[in-house]
Amino acid sequence: MTKSELIDRIAGKQTQLSSKDVELSVKAIIEYMSQVLAEGGRIEIRGFGSFSLHYRIPRIGRNPKTGTPVSLSGKYVPHFKPGKELRDRVNLSLESYPG
Amino acid sequence: MAEGALTKAEMAERLFEELGLNKREAKELVEQFFEEVRLSLESNEQVKISGFGNFDLRDKKQRPGRNPKTGEEIPIKARRVVTFRPGQKLKARVEGYAGTKQ
Repeated sequence: MTKSELIDRIAGKQTQLSSKDVELSVKAIIEYMSQVLAEGGRIEIRGFGSFSLHYRIPRIGRNPKTGTPVSLSGKYVPHFKPGKELRDRVNLSLESYPG
Repeated sequence: MAEGALTKAEMAERLFEELGLNKREAKELVEQFFEEVRLSLESNEQVKISGFGNFDLRDKKQRPGRNPKTGEEIPIKARRVVTFRPGQKLKARVEGYAGTKQ
């Protein structure tokens, strides 16, 4: 499912909001989440999961083509931990939708 | 950002303030957003949110495990898990964060 399919699926179930409102809202939610992470914050959605930042220590990497060492500074990367309801529902789908 | 984590209630509040949805509509919309992502994932369908990231599914085989307390061997059953791969845009925005280490 892509972002535009997500918008269509929500719009198809909406009784109040127009497709345009759904589109603006979905884009806004994604932007709020990105902003919070860019500022070093956390996101906690019960039943879905939490997003936070993990720190990566500085290290010496290598240019894969030339093998030349490159020093990489420490950085933060986004991390997602699925919540219990999501974990359970996805795991149950192993039987209904075998891989 | 204010103290604490971003929650569904805060997202709904912002949709109310910034997009003019009424409070009930905003709350429902936020709920639907996460429910549609769960429905997709529980149908074994990957979710790709451009600019943010992808939620992928991975099937793990059964493997031998152990009860760390008793040392007893118990197999860890085959299972399906969700993984998140942040997109380039989100990674670039987050990398710039210069705060103290968490």
